[in-house]
Amino acid sequence: MKILLIDDSKTMRNIQKSVLKQLGYTEIEEACDGQDALSKVGAFQPDLCLVDWNMPVMDGLTFVKNFRQNDKTTPLIMVTTEAEKSRVIEAIKAGVNNYVVKPFTPDLLSERITETLAKCSIGS
Amino acid sequence: MDASMISPFVSAIQNVFSTMFQLPVEVGEPKIKSGHKSTHDVSGIIGVSGEMTGTIVLSMPSNAASSIVSLLAGMEFEVDSPDFADAVGEIVNMISGNAKAEFQRRDVSISCPSVVIGSGHTIAVPTGTPCVMIPCATDCGEVVLEVALRETEAQATEQSSAAA
Repeated sequence: MKILLIDDSKTMRNIQKSVLKQLGYTEIEEACDGQDALSKVGAFQPDLCLVDWNMPVMDGLTFVKNFRQNDKTTPLIMVTTEAEKSRVIEAIKAGVNNYVVKPFTPDLLSERITETLAKCSIGS
Repeated sequence: MDASMISPFVSAIQNVFSTMFQLPVEVGEPKIKSGHKSTHDVSGIIGVSGEMTGTIVLSMPSNAASSIVSLLAGMEFEVDSPDFADAVGEIVNMISGNAKAEFQRRDVSISCPSVVIGSGHTIAVPTGTPCVMIPCATDCGEVVLEVALRETEAQATEQSSAAA
C-alpha cells in the first residue's frame, strides 16, 4: 500500500506518518504542496493520498481537481482545518472520498483511513 | 469587535490544545491590546480575508512554545530551527481554521501561517481594528491569542440593513 502525504507542514506530515506506521503502512511519499504532489504521483503511483487544503503554490482543492482528471479511483482524504460544511461539500464535489478536520486524534485519523480504504475496496 | 467574534477563538484554542496536546486551557478575561509590540517572543500569525479581515496571532514565551511544540511533534526542536517555526505555524493554523468554522454565513479565508521569533518584535494590525488579547493559562505556561478582526464594509452594511 503506497500512501502520498500532501501537507506544507512537516510537523503535520510527521504526525500523519506516525499514524500510518501504526496502521502498518510504511511505503510513504511526502509532498509539500499540490504541485509537488502532481509531480510525484506519476512515478510513485499512490494507492491513497492524504491532502491538506491550504498550501502555498498549489492548494489541495486544485490538486484534487487536477488529479481527478486522470485518476477517478485512487482514494483521496482531505485533512484540513477547513471545517465549514460548504467546504466539505466543495471538496467532495471535487472528488475527495473522505474528510478529516484538524485537530484530529490519531484514533480518528486511523478510523477514517481504514473506513476509506474499505469503502474503496483496497485491502491493506 | 463584539463578543461573538471572540468566543469561537476561545473554543478553538481549547479544542486544539486538548485534542492535539491533551493540554487543558484556562481562559482569562479578554482585554483590548494597546500598541503593536508583541506580547511574547514567539508569534504565529495568520491573515484573514474575505467578509472579515485582520490578523490572528498566537503569542507565546519561547519556553512555553518549546514545551507545546514538543507535545505536538513528539520531540524537542531548537527555537531557531525551521521545524520549530513549522510546528508553531501549524498550531495557529488549526486554531484559526477551527474558529473560522464558527463564523456562520460569512465567506472568510485564512492565509498560510507566518512565524516571527525574537523579543520585542512588532505586529501591525489594520488601522482602526481593535486587537483583543485572550490570555490562556496552560501547564506549559501562559500563551496569548490576539484577535484583530473586523467585518469588511460590504458585510457590515448588509448586516445593519438586515437588522433595520
